[in-house]
Amino acid sequence: MATDGFYLTSDPLGAKCDKKETTNMAIGRTLRPIVTGSSVLGITFSDGVMLAADTLGSYGSLARYRDLSRLLKVNDTTVAAGSGDYADFQYIARLFESLNIESDSYCDGHSYTPRSFYSWLTRVMYNRRTKINPLWNTVIMGGYHDNKPFLGVVNSLGVSFEAPTLATGFGGYIAQPLMRDAYEKNPSMSKEEAQKLLEKCMTVLYYRDARSWNKYEIATITTDGVTITGPMKLEGNWEVANYVRGYD
Amino acid sequence: MEDYRAPVEVQWSPYSWNGGTVLAVSGEDFSVIASDTRLSEGFQIYSRDFPKTYQLGDNVVLGSCGFQGDVTTLNKVIEAQLKIYDHIYQKKMSCESLAQLLSTILYTRRFFPYYTYNILAGLDSKGKGCVFSFDPIGSYEREVYRAGGSASSMLQPLLDNQIGLLNQTGVEKKPLSVEKAVQLVTDVFTSAAERDIYTGDGIRINIISADGVDIKEVPLRRD
Amino acid sequence: MFRNQYDNDVATWSPQGRLHQIEYAMEAVKQGSATVGLKSKTHVILVALKRSTSDLSSYQKKIYPVDDHVGVSIAGLTADGRLLCKFMRTECLNSRYVFNSALPVSRLVSSVGNKMQYCTQFYGRRPYGVGMLIAGYDLQGPHLYQTCPSSDYYDCKCMAIGARSQSARTYLERKLDSFPDASLDELIGHGLLALRECLPSDSELTSKNVSICVVSANKKLDIMDDDRVQPYLDQMDNTKGGRRQDQEEEQRAADDMQTEQEGQPLEPPSDQGRTDEDSMEH
Repeated sequence: MATDGFYLTSDPLGAKCDKKETTNMAIGRTLRPIVTGSSVLGITFSDGVMLAADTLGSYGSLARYRDLSRLLKVNDTTVAAGSGDYADFQYIARLFESLNIESDSYCDGHSYTPRSFYSWLTRVMYNRRTKINPLWNTVIMGGYHDNKPFLGVVNSLGVSFEAPTLATGFGGYIAQPLMRDAYEKNPSMSKEEAQKLLEKCMTVLYYRDARSWNKYEIATITTDGVTITGPMKLEGNWEVANYVRGYD
Repeated sequence: MEDYRAPVEVQWSPYSWNGGTVLAVSGEDFSVIASDTRLSEGFQIYSRDFPKTYQLGDNVVLGSCGFQGDVTTLNKVIEAQLKIYDHIYQKKMSCESLAQLLSTILYTRRFFPYYTYNILAGLDSKGKGCVFSFDPIGSYEREVYRAGGSASSMLQPLLDNQIGLLNQTGVEKKPLSVEKAVQLVTDVFTSAAERDIYTGDGIRINIISADGVDIKEVPLRRD
Repeated sequence: MFRNQYDNDVATWSPQGRLHQIEYAMEAVKQGSATVGLKSKTHVILVALKRSTSDLSSYQKKIYPVDDHVGVSIAGLTADGRLLCKFMRTECLNSRYVFNSALPVSRLVSSVGNKMQYCTQFYGRRPYGVGMLIAGYDLQGPHLYQTCPSSDYYDCKCMAIGARSQSARTYLERKLDSFPDASLDELIGHGLLALRECLPSDSELTSKNVSICVVSANKKLDIMDDDRVQPYLDQMDNTKGGRRQDQEEEQRAADDMQTEQEGQPLEPPSDQGRTDEDSMEH
């Protein structure tokens, strides 16, 4: 499995490499993220898990790509939602793909569980950080297996934990309190309630997070498998804008 | 000067501080080890339900906090080593051996340490309560009681006073009972949660005796 | 000394398209004491007959734990078996470290099969002289695999390998239909009766020379020896009226004849460890 190893700097623009470093060391490391995705959210409901992510790929403060999907169907029971560097997320997607190809090649009917994928990703992220060559992402993994929902998160350092509600990045400050509150009041919400909650959180994030966007996707994982819907549009309520001086 | 390189600002650290406090007390034929259940970073609470004690045998429990990535990895390494030990010797590792093993594992990463504060509690091979405390690179010693992690500097003086009976005059030294130990653990954690933002949400108390490990959970303030 | 000019090393074919060294290695399995494996819908068990080289030595271990969900019994070169067990333990440990889950039994067997194949294809190497019965439980239920020195492996309903194991296989074939719905006790009973068929004429099953291994869902692998085996032996003696029946003796004699015709004639099976190399000279 090609889960690690330094990549050689063949990038002509030197986009992801520190010039000084590369000339001296001839190996490149991600020193800062380039095209980034903002918060992703996850919540468990009565009989499944739901993840949400907007479709923006930011280039610094520039809203550069407005139609990137940041939800990845890993297999029929598992979805990964990635925030952070988009290139690194695509690399992780490729790692998942090769892992699945290898697993499927046994043709023995076994496939990895959501928790196994999560554990594996935790090791990948931790090993990369230990080589001082991290994958610059925080990934939420949601799944449904053995009639139990799974929701876990892992970041670029290999810090990982499971929780019934999760939010990365700015969402950790804005959406997580809303979701925790809703979950505490109603731990077994229906699919519709969960979707409504996520929509509300995405709206609030769109109001408050300058790196967010009003188009988003939702992944639902239940016994019926994985469905990714969207992109949907967030309308929001901008009436208050008329009261802001200088807004026309 | 070709070799000249300007000082480079360090913008990325391979570590994070995820808080958490662990605490262990040993008695004549028991030991108690507890941790809070909060996982955090900066001003975010990642999880309110993340106990940092790990049962490694019938009567040995490890408390481990600091950088959660290292805590997880360290635990996985220990678990694998314990299985190998079990296969070779067909028995469970004693608490003393486990302490030495943990020290060795920690020292293998001497120059890129596991950023973890570890306290091991259990019963020794004579059935007496024992506590081992470690620094992140493997220095360890056996003690009667020890606090580690985020609020250790708040808990340790309290334990020194209440269990070590330090800075007291005219006190009679009585053997510690399980009830007293659990009460003490609960009280000092409650105090720590008042002052330390990286300690809170709940306490997981493991009471280790010859009968095994009994787990008690106590809520703490969640703000 | 040599059977023919094509059996000097493992990398030379005979004109008949055979690799004699591999076939000889297969014979090593038949020198080891017998072991039997069988499974129901819920359990898979191994029973093994242990041997001691003399009254002064202990009985040689036959069943090895690999992980919480896998146990292995071996017949043939014990040292080779131990090595393969260690390999399998490492594979299982890796799976738990990386994937936080038990390694599926079929994948474990496939990886050990690949390892065993390597030395059947290269000059200067020798095949592993051990046959294994691998009992395991995973998300797809109970499994029993047999591996050979040739690096072939088979997914079995039940199987017996080792010295005089043909009679155990005959027993298993006869009772095959009753295994899927058998209780654990019944399964162990069948295992012991099958194993008893493999005994040399002057010995019997005792708590000293029998090992039993049980694998099932949500329960850690359990290997039973000595006192823990005795109740099952008592049970067997009660239900089966003690010693073997004459009819079964005859069956066994017939089986032995058949074995000799199929393979090369062996020394009369000895209970004292492996027979010496002379048996290969015929």
